[in-house]
Amino acid sequence: MIEAVGLSKRYGDTVAVDGLSFSVPPGRVTGFLGPNGAGKSTTMRMILGLDNPTAGHALIAGRRYRDLRRPLRTVGALLDAAWVHPNRSARTHLRWLARSNGIPARRADEVLEAVGLATAADRLAGGFSLGMAQRLGIAGALLGDPEVLLFDEPVNGLDPEGVRWIRGLMHRLADEGRTVLVSSHLLSEMALTAQDLVVIGRGRLIAQCGVEEFVARATENSVRVRTPDAARLRALLEREGTAVHDEDGALIVTGAESSFIGEMCAANGVVLHELSVLRGSLEEAFMRLTGDALDYQAVKEQEGAGR
Amino acid sequence: MNLVAAERIKLLSTPAPKVLAAAAVIVPVVFAALVAGAAEDPATVTVGVSQAGFQLGIAPVLALAMASVTTEYRYETIRATFLAAPARGSVLAAKAAVAGLVSGAIGLLSAFGALGTAALMAPEADLALDTGADWRNVAGLAAYYAVAAVIAVAVGTMVRHTAAALTLLLGYAMFAEGLVSAVPGAGVEIHRWLPFNVGKQFLIGAPDPAMAPTGPPAPPPSTSVLGPWWALAYYAAVALALLGVAVVTTKRRDA
Repeated sequence: MIEAVGLSKRYGDTVAVDGLSFSVPPGRVTGFLGPNGAGKSTTMRMILGLDNPTAGHALIAGRRYRDLRRPLRTVGALLDAAWVHPNRSARTHLRWLARSNGIPARRADEVLEAVGLATAADRLAGGFSLGMAQRLGIAGALLGDPEVLLFDEPVNGLDPEGVRWIRGLMHRLADEGRTVLVSSHLLSEMALTAQDLVVIGRGRLIAQCGVEEFVARATENSVRVRTPDAARLRALLEREGTAVHDEDGALIVTGAESSFIGEMCAANGVVLHELSVLRGSLEEAFMRLTGDALDYQAVKEQEGAGR
Repeated sequence: MNLVAAERIKLLSTPAPKVLAAAAVIVPVVFAALVAGAAEDPATVTVGVSQAGFQLGIAPVLALAMASVTTEYRYETIRATFLAAPARGSVLAAKAAVAGLVSGAIGLLSAFGALGTAALMAPEADLALDTGADWRNVAGLAAYYAVAAVIAVAVGTMVRHTAAALTLLLGYAMFAEGLVSAVPGAGVEIHRWLPFNVGKQFLIGAPDPAMAPTGPPAPPPSTSVLGPWWALAYYAAVALALLGVAVVTTKRRDA
């Protein structure tokens, strides 16, 4: 269980995280979603006691991180796979971590085995590929067999096989009753990994709900209508107060059920060539809800992607 | 204790500290060999002369102790360290303890190594440790280096960048502190209370008058007015105070 209560972080005039409150229940994978720069990493660092919040606090298993006596036994975190000395072997890296929390040294080999790095145990971490470094970081998170796990963008830069492995791992960890919080700026990734979502934008909470509920709440379903009598239907629909716009020869209607439109066409003798419901995609839901909260960089990225 | 053990693993599991430790032991030994070998009159080869290399050996000791902190900032492993141990004061205390112990061991090895080497190169020289002052001059190097290591951990923690911290501390310890005495007015009085000068008072202060080394290569005497053991206490207190400031700074900062 992770609880954030009024968590805020200010750097000079910049507010990175603004009164953020949410809770992450055990036994589920909770996605921590927001555009780049929304404050996800800052929030995670505050939960883990690395950054001091300007206001508010975060509790893990009912306690502040700094009050945990042997924190790695309660919380495992992978915030950045690069937090490793390049001239230290994978095993030694895990050994010192284990030693600092009174965890038996053999756990280092156990977790290396669990993440598939057993054969690379004696290799220097500096020579690891991104995927291997990520696995080593996850090994470090699993070291103390913790009940709470936090991962910041764990699939970034991984090959498809690595991505699939991480998704499976998250689900396994949650199925074992652990609390799993995974951040990402990709909604499509979260749709496959998470059951619940905490969505933030510009440091503020936008939504906390299940993935399906998030989509349902965020997308207004729209209906595509093709008819040779477009102008007349459009006038009829607009009289009913629905929003209508053209899209390559079809009318896209929002604010009316397909059944309503069909009946209206029948009543007015309008010939229909197509009447189809458009389901909102996750990405659409995300963009709609975070739209107001997009930061400058994310806006730029969108523009770049649209080009 | 877990933290001390973790810091020990960290310090001894990468090549750089081993190289620095070896340099810290070898430099004073080579220095002693050269001085004793070149001496025309074996009577000039005293215990103090055999130990003169400590002034150079302190450089790799400071670098080693400092690197135990600054490399953690360089590779961002400091965040992994603070995740494993959120009590930052305890982490820094463990680092200071490990750096101090390792540096103390280096001090013992290099001091007795230098003494033995001088005895080999100048067999007729009187290098027996007859007085308390002689013992302080040799075995005392362990304490002198250990305290210096704590200062280096504190400065490294405050500055965080290896190059900047090293330049600052080496520049201070090896040059700037001595220059303070040349400042007109209060310079001499201030210099009397500066830490490495006082530390040197413990190491080579109050020598046996008969054996007092004269002129180079023996180091110039400390200008501290404290007795040797008070000098050590003062030197250690300065180091602990700096470490305390480093702890407060680190707690306030975001890692």
